[in-house]
Amino acid sequence: MSKQTHMLPVWFFIGVLLFTYGVIIFVVAIVDFRHPSEVMLSQYHPDLFGGILLLLIGGLYTFWFWPGRRKKQ
Amino acid sequence: MVLTSFAASAILQSADRLISLAPADVLVIVIYFAMVLGIGVYLKRYANTSNQFFMAGREMSAWVAGLSFLSANLGALELMGWAAATYQYGILAAHFYWIAAFPSLACLGLVMMPLYYISKTHSVPGYLHLRYGEATRALSGISFAFMTILMSGINMYAMAIVMKVVLGWNIHFSIWVSSLTVAAYVTLGGLYSAIFNEVLQFFLIWVGVLTVSILGMIEAGGWSGLVMKIHERVHNDEYVHLWSTLGTFSGNPMGVHWTGMALGLGGVIAFGYWSTDFLVIQRAMAAKDLRSARLAPIIAAYFKMMVPLIVILPGLLGLALLPYKLVPEGTPGEGLHTYNEVLPLMLARYCGPGLLGLGITALIAGFMSGMAGNLSAFATVWTYDIYRPYLTKVKSDAELVAIGRWCTILGVFLSIGAAYFVTQFKSIMDYMQALVSFFIAPLCATVIVGMFWKRATAKAGFWGLLAGTVSSIAMFTLVKVNHSYLAVIALSPDAKEMAENLYRALWSWLICFMVTVIVSLFTAPKPDYELKGLVWGLTDLPSEAGVPLYKRPLFWAVGVGIFFVILQWMFW
Repeated sequence: MSKQTHMLPVWFFIGVLLFTYGVIIFVVAIVDFRHPSEVMLSQYHPDLFGGILLLLIGGLYTFWFWPGRRKKQ
Repeated sequence: MVLTSFAASAILQSADRLISLAPADVLVIVIYFAMVLGIGVYLKRYANTSNQFFMAGREMSAWVAGLSFLSANLGALELMGWAAATYQYGILAAHFYWIAAFPSLACLGLVMMPLYYISKTHSVPGYLHLRYGEATRALSGISFAFMTILMSGINMYAMAIVMKVVLGWNIHFSIWVSSLTVAAYVTLGGLYSAIFNEVLQFFLIWVGVLTVSILGMIEAGGWSGLVMKIHERVHNDEYVHLWSTLGTFSGNPMGVHWTGMALGLGGVIAFGYWSTDFLVIQRAMAAKDLRSARLAPIIAAYFKMMVPLIVILPGLLGLALLPYKLVPEGTPGEGLHTYNEVLPLMLARYCGPGLLGLGITALIAGFMSGMAGNLSAFATVWTYDIYRPYLTKVKSDAELVAIGRWCTILGVFLSIGAAYFVTQFKSIMDYMQALVSFFIAPLCATVIVGMFWKRATAKAGFWGLLAGTVSSIAMFTLVKVNHSYLAVIALSPDAKEMAENLYRALWSWLICFMVTVIVSLFTAPKPDYELKGLVWGLTDLPSEAGVPLYKRPLFWAVGVGIFFVILQWMFW
């Protein structure tokens, strides 16, 4: 955010956190795929789609704002 | 330490709870705590001067300032409270996101923010000091500090209650773990930490709660299916219309007339909150330039108007789909669920392991972010507007930062005290709206008159603010002592508590306005040269001649206006 101090942008932290959550939720979805939890509409596997979405958003932010990749925001 | 704390939480859980967490859910929560503390530790090296600690170096982009501006207001109390209000009152609750957002946020961005930003003050009481003088600054600084600590304590207590009801956690455990975590990261990184975690929370809330809205709409069969199911449940159309039921007090579940909604909410409460509450203004003041500071509230307005997707919609879905009826707080009976539980109940309905942890983390993040916002604003106002002018002389910038850090810790302990105080008087939870009408509504009149009328005098600012605050507290007390006065204040025997809040704010604003104007006419004004940069008409604003149309705040404000009109038309 700061040009003088080379502070990591907040978007990078968001990317890392969402990517990590994506990994956890995706892994849980795969493990439970044949025996989904007993919540409503679990037959649509929202955890699987949610996990993939978080991996994509988190991965994109992490990649785009990786330290040193962009000198200026 | 955090891991140990959460391991302890498993022991602290009791059987009497709404939701059970799987190990994946606990892992999601633990990672969130580790991340916010890590961000605090990382940002400490950048928060060495007072400008960095209190104003985040005034280098935030419009997007960061805008999202942080919105998130400071988007606490979990707000999410759960308005989801509950939607279950109770229907889509009328969306007014608090639409008419309470567009006119006031656009006005703040276009008209008021330039004066806050150009005056280079550190706080709203600081602006009042420059505009009116010492007495008005002292009154607003002290009332803001009091309100902030009480709000932070209420937030803390609410979080502890939610965690107890939803997860079975011990109340003391929730209060201490959350407050010490917030204390650690705000003390380390100051406003930088608060802003970073608010933006983080904004994303978490969306990804955590949107699952409920998407799956709920699939289950309900789309909007038309949802409306049909609500109609089957409540046997009338009042719950799905925004304005068409507001012609009379008795024609809608909220017991509010359209004048109260438009003037009381859209005209006074929303204007007062968004344009004078330093908790949110501080985020826009941290922007890197005037254009970014003006854009911040306008960006926030777009997202604010989309928040009903994750707050109002789950409330309506709960009304339509939950197989049992929720009841008001305090209703006697075994196994009954209250309105306030609608959002956690909907999370539990659709979210399996992992996703549920994400939803609960979103709520925890909302609570902690609300506390952090209050603490960073408290530290700034206390340091600049109370400690430095009245308690002791500060010799250096480093000393100012040290005081800010100590003030943050002091604020945490005062908030913990307030949280325990609130546990003694549970109805105080209901008084949050009243707190806004006591302090924010009159402050709004003081600021607006001061910004737009150069004739307003120092004495008028003080006496107007005092009269508005005292009259608001008096009206509140009057109704508590004799409930029949509600009909007088809210102008109708059919009016309910919500209407009282809206009209009390309106009257206290008017009283403050009139007293300020009348006293001004009998006292001497400041000379024009002292009001440069503080009053509209005496302040030179930078020209936007070379700025492309799509980068101008006015362009985006018009877009918000169009968005607002479309939403009103769709749900009329």
